[in-house]
Amino acid sequence: MKPADTAARLPAPYWNPYVAGFVLGLVLLATYLVAGRGLGASGAFSALVATIANAVSPAAAQANPVHARYLEGGTPLLDFLPLLVLGTFVGGWIGAKSAGRLRFGLDRGPSIGAAPRLALAFGGGALVAVGAKIALGCTSGQALSGAAVLNAGSLAFMLAVFAAGYAVAYFVRREWL
Amino acid sequence: MFPLTSSFDFSVAAFLAAAFALGLAFGFVLERAGFGSGRKLTAVFYGYDMAVVKVMFTAIVTAMAALWLASAAGLLDMAEVYVVPTNYAAQIVGGLLLGAGFVVGGYCPGTSVVACASGRYDAMAFLAGIVAGLAAYAQFVPGIEAWVRDNAQGEVTLPSLTGIATGWYVLAFVAALALAARGMAWAERRFAGLRPR
Repeated sequence: MKPADTAARLPAPYWNPYVAGFVLGLVLLATYLVAGRGLGASGAFSALVATIANAVSPAAAQANPVHARYLEGGTPLLDFLPLLVLGTFVGGWIGAKSAGRLRFGLDRGPSIGAAPRLALAFGGGALVAVGAKIALGCTSGQALSGAAVLNAGSLAFMLAVFAAGYAVAYFVRREWL
Repeated sequence: MFPLTSSFDFSVAAFLAAAFALGLAFGFVLERAGFGSGRKLTAVFYGYDMAVVKVMFTAIVTAMAALWLASAAGLLDMAEVYVVPTNYAAQIVGGLLLGAGFVVGGYCPGTSVVACASGRYDAMAFLAGIVAGLAAYAQFVPGIEAWVRDNAQGEVTLPSLTGIATGWYVLAFVAALALAARGMAWAERRFAGLRPR
């Protein structure tokens, strides 16, 4: 194999994490300066689920307090967070594509099979969704955006996220190590 | 002057385009930080790669310092900035559930979108789990929503809670980041053996 081939197949390295954090901080700053609010992700999925529920049964969706909040304004998907998350998808795709990291497969440790990994991913997603609903935000909206404005509840949220992560990590070590 | 939403009359299309553009930058940076990989994200919980804390901590300190400066210079009106209402019990319980789901599932909502865009099937399963979890929450425990919102205290920030000026917190966070950077470098050496091959 020629050296040029090797270079073409290796993905570009990740940014230095402190540099990436600085740039991410600038993106968060821009979001506050432009929109008067921080970043977020989970709210976009709430809008999506409210839209699906409304399509399945409008009466039931509009009577449900969780969905109704999103249905008041008309089209829940034409809002700040859904468009932000759509942009996040496209931006992530551009990043992965241009770095040579766009490849279809599973992300998992060496000792877990594909089916259990997919099942744990699904279950973890459901847990994260319920947690984000109760906390009124996820890692983006609470931890990142809230901590930057010294929001006391957001800082408590972030400590809880890491506390639970470290506490549960031991029990799922076969998934990742 | 800032936020622009308070000084400039955005059309709906322009506002949504701005949201999309901010999302583009957000997704690109998350990908470059390595946050499109569940393995790299969860590595923080085993200590051999602390990138999650390095990136988040640096981003928080950067934005905090810049927002404080912009506000002190009179460029930014913090009263016009939306801050998530505080309900400690809800935020701690929700945070514990989210943290558990993070290490079990491998992602949080934002990073799963980036991993999905990078072709990860497990991130697609994670997103399906989010949709299922949200639907189940709305279906079976819709009452929690009202409790969380009705018992929220409004905006509570460390400066408003303690009376200590924001600038001191910025200084403290910068110092804490410098200390944490040393601690994380130590942890990565200490737990390097856990990195799977």
